[in-house]
Amino acid sequence: MTLEILAVDDSPTMRDVIRLALLPEGFDVHTAEDGVHGIEVLEGLQPDAIITDINMPRLDGFGFIDAVRGTDQHRTTPILVLTTEAAPQLKERARMAGATGWIVKPFDPAKLVKALHMVAG
Amino acid sequence: MPAPHDPMAEIKASFFHECEELLDVLQDGLMAMQNGEEDSETINVIFRAVHSIKGGAGAFGLDGLVRFSHRFETVLDALRAGTLAPSADVLRTLLSATDHLADIVELSRDDAPLPETDTLAICDAIDQLIGDPAPKTTHQSDIDFEPEKITLNLDPSDPPKDQAHVPDTTSKIRHFRITFQPFAELFETGNEPAVLLRHLHALGHASTSCDLSDLPPFEKLVPDIPHLRWDITLETQADLAEVQSVFEFVEGLCHLNIELESVSSADPTPAHQSEPPQYRNDTAAPSRPTTGRQVKPGRPTPPVQKPVVRVELDRVERLVNLVGELVINQAMLSQSLDQSGLSPHSDAMHGVEEFQRLTRDIQDSVMMIRAQPVKALFQRMSRIVREASGALGKDVRLRMLGECCEVDKTVIERLADPLTHLIRNAIDHGLEDPATRCAAGKPAQGTITLSAAHRSGRVHIEVGDDGAGIDRPRVRQRAIEKQVIAADAVLSDSDIDALLFLPGFSTAPAVSDLSGRGVGMDVVRTEIQALGGRVSIQSAPGRGTTFSISLPLTLAVLDGMVISVADETLVLPISLVIETLTLTAPDVSLLRPGCHVVRARDGFFPLIDLGHHLGYRPLIETFEGGIVLLVALADGTSAALLIDDIVDQRQVVIKGLDDRFFRAPGIAAATILGDGHIALILDPSDFVSGAFDTPRVPHTAPAPQGEPA
Amino acid sequence: MTRDTEAEPIELLTFKLADQKYALEITSVREIRGSTHATPLPQSPACMKGVINLRGTVLPVIDLGERLGLPPSAHNDRSVIIVVALEDRLTGLLVDAVSDIVTLATDDLRPPPTMSKSSKSMVTALAVIEDKMVRVLDLTATLDDMERPAA
Repeated sequence: MTLEILAVDDSPTMRDVIRLALLPEGFDVHTAEDGVHGIEVLEGLQPDAIITDINMPRLDGFGFIDAVRGTDQHRTTPILVLTTEAAPQLKERARMAGATGWIVKPFDPAKLVKALHMVAG
Repeated sequence: MPAPHDPMAEIKASFFHECEELLDVLQDGLMAMQNGEEDSETINVIFRAVHSIKGGAGAFGLDGLVRFSHRFETVLDALRAGTLAPSADVLRTLLSATDHLADIVELSRDDAPLPETDTLAICDAIDQLIGDPAPKTTHQSDIDFEPEKITLNLDPSDPPKDQAHVPDTTSKIRHFRITFQPFAELFETGNEPAVLLRHLHALGHASTSCDLSDLPPFEKLVPDIPHLRWDITLETQADLAEVQSVFEFVEGLCHLNIELESVSSADPTPAHQSEPPQYRNDTAAPSRPTTGRQVKPGRPTPPVQKPVVRVELDRVERLVNLVGELVINQAMLSQSLDQSGLSPHSDAMHGVEEFQRLTRDIQDSVMMIRAQPVKALFQRMSRIVREASGALGKDVRLRMLGECCEVDKTVIERLADPLTHLIRNAIDHGLEDPATRCAAGKPAQGTITLSAAHRSGRVHIEVGDDGAGIDRPRVRQRAIEKQVIAADAVLSDSDIDALLFLPGFSTAPAVSDLSGRGVGMDVVRTEIQALGGRVSIQSAPGRGTTFSISLPLTLAVLDGMVISVADETLVLPISLVIETLTLTAPDVSLLRPGCHVVRARDGFFPLIDLGHHLGYRPLIETFEGGIVLLVALADGTSAALLIDDIVDQRQVVIKGLDDRFFRAPGIAAATILGDGHIALILDPSDFVSGAFDTPRVPHTAPAPQGEPA
Repeated sequence: MTRDTEAEPIELLTFKLADQKYALEITSVREIRGSTHATPLPQSPACMKGVINLRGTVLPVIDLGERLGLPPSAHNDRSVIIVVALEDRLTGLLVDAVSDIVTLATDDLRPPPTMSKSSKSMVTALAVIEDKMVRVLDLTATLDDMERPAA
């Protein structure tokens, strides 16, 4: 079964890296450049999981998760937060915002794949 | 055979491209803060830029870059948190850290060794800002951030190994007893007990029972409140950490108890033989309150971005050259049709008119391809300002205006050197030292203004300072000492200012390391002229000096007036021609021998006999009936050029002259006319200024080495 | 004919200037074209004839005779411009007439004796072809000196 993923990150490099890590694993990867764009993309998409960065222009990761959780459509879609800091309060904040899990950057593709399977089956 | 596709190398290249953009953003943001924009979004943008560089650098194992950006990020975090105030000093340090970051990015891209000593010095400066000097035992221990290189495995025959959990090869079987009771938050964060249980089952042999005792009667059931509890026994080769890791994301969102009951060394149970979870009551199995997962309506909306094609500059150059040839050919065709005696209303003539219009449109469009905003160039200059002001111990603020102005890429590239020189010069010689400034009632901080604007088909770039202005008596004295002017020469202010452009002319009391020796304003002027541009000076004592550079938008074409002088054909930029007039005897009067003035437009203009001045023929005896062009000069004055005839007005393709050999003052470039002959393109500013200085400045300096125009 | 193994053949383009024979290494010659009217460059040294249109390129043309300090010769129909390349830059050399292309061994070239100051550095070697002395020019010296306009 092909899992459909939305990756939201303002860095083109990170988007490329995520795409490159997931495509060979059989994921179907969509990307968005920031939170606002991510919400726009989600209007026409029902991904199996979402990966999002925290630090982004326009709408950051917390705001994005908040907005996603506020929709009926994506209320329970698993969301993984990509974070550079492993600080516990950051995890706590991500969880408060409604994130399903987190990956500490710079991530290892295998870890990312595993985490996605962990939340999305 | 094309080179094997290497996606990682491609992404790495795009990362460095992104870095450039991020560095621009970073610098922009810091400079905005210098200008008082201290809102949180500006700080966030700055933080994000460094953060993204760090993230990407980590992905590619660029340890040096990761380390430095991490230190940088730490101080920006303090700024963001408000524990560090963005004082002028702090911003200065951050800007020099930005410069250093740019260096490291560049070196990392080229796989070059990093300047460790410089890095340490900058890191020290950063640490002092946050008053928390990091222990400096080794580089590695400086940071708490371990970069981890991405190793992408793109070969499907070699599946990626899960580095986090290397399976325990000893065939020990562990027996776990797990109780798991999710809270409501577990569902709210998008976690799914069924998925967790499935992963648990994947670890070995598990049997699951679901406790429904808390389940309220159906009519009281609130879907969002979980009432289930699972008891799982698991036989697995996995260790405790691995079992715990299944629940990593739900820690704190559930009651979880994992007990290791016993360890046996029996036959390993292959993981794939594990049975699917068995629920005591299948109907009560947790399920997501989702709308159908299979529904995948539509594609995502594409990002709102104009599509862009990257093209090698060589290809564009070739196109530009071909269009240049097209313009010349079109001119030739027009000329021969004109001479063929065809009626102007004939189809051929209409056709050639249309051809001319199309040619011009093509030319304009092609030139647009090479147009770029001057922003990148200006940003390079801001670094020059920082370095120069630091080296000279002057506090300098750079104000930039009109960065979005677009200019031909080749022009931009070749402007870097002259602009660098002007800026260093402005900081070194233009701005006074802080004490002098304060004594003069000025702010201690000097301001350099760098601006760009489009005006009448040219781009104007100005480098201004708010310093003391040109010390004209000194310049004059120096010129007399160097025997450039006579001791009794009568010179206007602008004449004196123009002396600065003479080769080897420097008024600086001491030659500083910065502005350098030997490279003078004359080189700046030569470089600007090689671009078809002009440079002029405005200066007010005590208020500062501004160097104005006026450039064509492109190097390739010019709207020219084709004139003839002593049987030679010349081209004058039409933008300079104010008026044409035919002289009558009373228009001309003798100022002193060899120097006539023309009276026109309520003013007097120096008369220049172009044929004589260019050495084509002796000075003309009588001016009556002669045709003169009033032309605007770069310094704001005007002059009257005596010519024989006006031949045509047309667009010409500028061809550079090989300045290896020789370039006469006033000859800017050349063009090829419709008949295939070469006509020189004049820049009157250049020779008019020299025409009246009584000992003429001999042309002694060798032409600058390097690129021909 | 036996030759020293180190004597590599060298191809020369020979031409006439003021009734004397000169030569340039053929490798630096790009083309030979008829003399046309050159657009004069104001205030340039006397040897600088001006610029001509070489298929869309502005080609500077030097009167080689004047450059070498030879007596001026009336240019006629046989005058030609030898287009030479030095470090990718083209220059035209105006000469009275082109004679021949000859192949010599490098050891046929003799260093010039100390000669008149004007052309000392520009003549790099002498050779005898058909009993006539041919002066082989050093293109770099010939063109490089141009950077210093004649005083």
